[in-house]
Amino acid sequence: MNFDFSPEENAFREEVRQFIADNYPKHLSESRRAEFSKEDFLSWHRVLAEKGWVAPHWPEEYGGPGWSVTQRYIFDDECAKANTLIVLPFGVTMLGPVLMHYANDAQKAHYLPRILSGEDWWCQGYSEPGSGSDLASLKTKAERDGDEYVVNGHKIWTTLAQHADWMFCLVRTAQEDKPQKGISFLLIDMNSPGIEVRPIITIDGSHEVNEVFLTDVRVPAENLVGEEGNGWGIAKFLLGNERTGIAGVARSKNAVKRLKEISCAELVDGEPLIEDSDFKKKISELEIDLLALEYTELRTLAAESAGRGPGAESSILKIKGTEIQQKVTELIMEAVGTYSLPKIPMLDSGANYNLVGPDYSHGASQNYFNMRKTAIYGGTNEVQRNIIAKFVLGL
Amino acid sequence: MDFDFTEEQTLLRNMVQSFVQDNYDFDSRMAIARSETGMSRDNWSQFAELGLLAAPFDESLGGLGGGAIDTMIITEEFGKGLVTEPFLPTVVLCGGLLERHASDAQKDAHLPPLIGGEKIWALAYSEPKSRFNPANVQTTAKQDGDGFVLNGLKSVVNGGPWADYLIVSARTSGEGWQQEGISLFIVDKSADGVAAQDYETIDGGRAADISFENVKLGADALIGSLDNGLPLLEEALDYGIAALCGESIGGMHKAHQATVEYCKTRNQFGVAIGSFQALQHRMVDMFMEYEQSVSLTYMVNMHVGSDAASRARAASAAKVQIGKAGRYIGQSAVHLHGGMGMSEELNVGHYFKRLTAIDAQLGSIDYHLKRFASSEAA
Repeated sequence: MNFDFSPEENAFREEVRQFIADNYPKHLSESRRAEFSKEDFLSWHRVLAEKGWVAPHWPEEYGGPGWSVTQRYIFDDECAKANTLIVLPFGVTMLGPVLMHYANDAQKAHYLPRILSGEDWWCQGYSEPGSGSDLASLKTKAERDGDEYVVNGHKIWTTLAQHADWMFCLVRTAQEDKPQKGISFLLIDMNSPGIEVRPIITIDGSHEVNEVFLTDVRVPAENLVGEEGNGWGIAKFLLGNERTGIAGVARSKNAVKRLKEISCAELVDGEPLIEDSDFKKKISELEIDLLALEYTELRTLAAESAGRGPGAESSILKIKGTEIQQKVTELIMEAVGTYSLPKIPMLDSGANYNLVGPDYSHGASQNYFNMRKTAIYGGTNEVQRNIIAKFVLGL
Repeated sequence: MDFDFTEEQTLLRNMVQSFVQDNYDFDSRMAIARSETGMSRDNWSQFAELGLLAAPFDESLGGLGGGAIDTMIITEEFGKGLVTEPFLPTVVLCGGLLERHASDAQKDAHLPPLIGGEKIWALAYSEPKSRFNPANVQTTAKQDGDGFVLNGLKSVVNGGPWADYLIVSARTSGEGWQQEGISLFIVDKSADGVAAQDYETIDGGRAADISFENVKLGADALIGSLDNGLPLLEEALDYGIAALCGESIGGMHKAHQATVEYCKTRNQFGVAIGSFQALQHRMVDMFMEYEQSVSLTYMVNMHVGSDAASRARAASAAKVQIGKAGRYIGQSAVHLHGGMGMSEELNVGHYFKRLTAIDAQLGSIDYHLKRFASSEAA
């Protein structure tokens, strides 16, 4: 049992750190916006793609860097420390492994390189108005008509669909006795006639999620991944991959660092907020929770390196990780005090606001509002508890 | 980076596990805890024979060189069996302190009988008014010729009734909770002027309040250098915390496991109560607290040998986590067992009591939260 990185791993960390310092787009590191454009995300994506680092968990044969679990951990850690934008997960993390596992050679050859290069922007067509945690109850229908499927339905909470070129979509191709049967996994061109994307503005004022309406959308049958009716197995496979990195430990560590900096700058009766014993206690409790989660994640990674894949235990990472992500934004909002009240402009809002208060206060409340989503998405934290109860505790 | 145990460590675990299974089932444990002495000398001799008392010590001292990780493995298995014998005070707190800081002569005199199971030790550092702060020392040791004269009162010395020797913290200069001026002494408990009031603790253990009245100590009783005992004591307490964390996760595991099993078999309203989501989620929360405690237990045992600041931070973080988790899991285990959880006959209440006691040992949640907050990350 030891927690030392090897000299090679330390050298790798240095290489990653230097690469980010030299190559992270300047306009992004200077930005203090709470919201980022498509071009913002793509500019960092392309830099990583060119370096061959955009898909850390992809095998080399598909264009991944062939990193060990520890190297991936170090890479994530350094990106978080540098506070880079994330690489959006929809293509690289979610769809990529599905295609490697289930797609035919033609599909792999066509879609995988375009995911890596950033040429295709993917969104995830899973949730529906009537199907949230109970995903298998989905109703969007795909009927076979010659060489095409005709898709009708309504997807919701589709993240960044407003930018998407493609959507991977769960559709019902047959009515069977069990809701999990008769679901298929379809790739849909977002430029197809019959698709309408309507924004949903969330409580933080941002436009991240959308409704996607599909009316008689014609999809070539060759866009089916795997066998017809086998979509539920693919959906579960995808959700398993989604858990990788879901703890967000490195990002939360960075946020805690910010929280401490803010607490040093804010004053209570002339003394730094961080010296206030009540507030200090809240920070310490959060730090200890995060430290425990860091080691829980490392234990999971170590098990994964040793070929023992993440089990249902990884639901812990989702639950604790999101609780901590929420808590840190809550404390940052508390820390900035009355300057948590001014609303800041969102990108492209056209509104002309006066920015008041210290830089670090901007968006503190909006971040807090936004992070409420984390306990809801990716399977609510209650669903995660059900998973642990069933598959770990055997209840 | 790896979290796997070596083959030797796995063998050690298996050995302790089978000892606990064979000799420390719940009825035997309760018989020992309820006996007049509260521990079994037979068991202690067997620990010596099995090499458990030698496990952490360096091979040059007659030990097996296992360090903190082996200690954690032993205490975790002991925690599952609610073992009452004084492994923590004798081997971890006092033995470790002797190994790291005693003179060669002191080691030669004291470590072999300790490792051999002939002598039991206890760490007498807390006082009626010190609360959890080891720097808050009123007991004094005044220079007297070559030696010292010891006066004062030490409170709730765990394992005190069984101890042959004590390590006692005393002021040799300064006052109050000044960091400087504390020295550590080896005291023969049978010396003139040492008086112990022995009692049972809430978890079935034994402790003592021990007074010292003009106890004469030779110059060779001093451990380390004069006035500089506090860092040695804090280090020993942090090693103690690392071992206590092991015991704690052992106890949490059993309390949680017993609760899950009970809820699978207990029927109400025609179904197993484990089918109720409210109870399932509480058991999942217990499980998550347990896993988070395991993580910090590993963390502290991997870091306990590093520099003083990192060590203190790691130990305090872990102690806060196991304190909170122990309380939540203990309370929930009793609660989910319903009326049966309240029964003295059932093991679950005893895990609850042991987990409760652990929080008050070597510094509580609040104490360590403050200590963590005042430490700085490396």
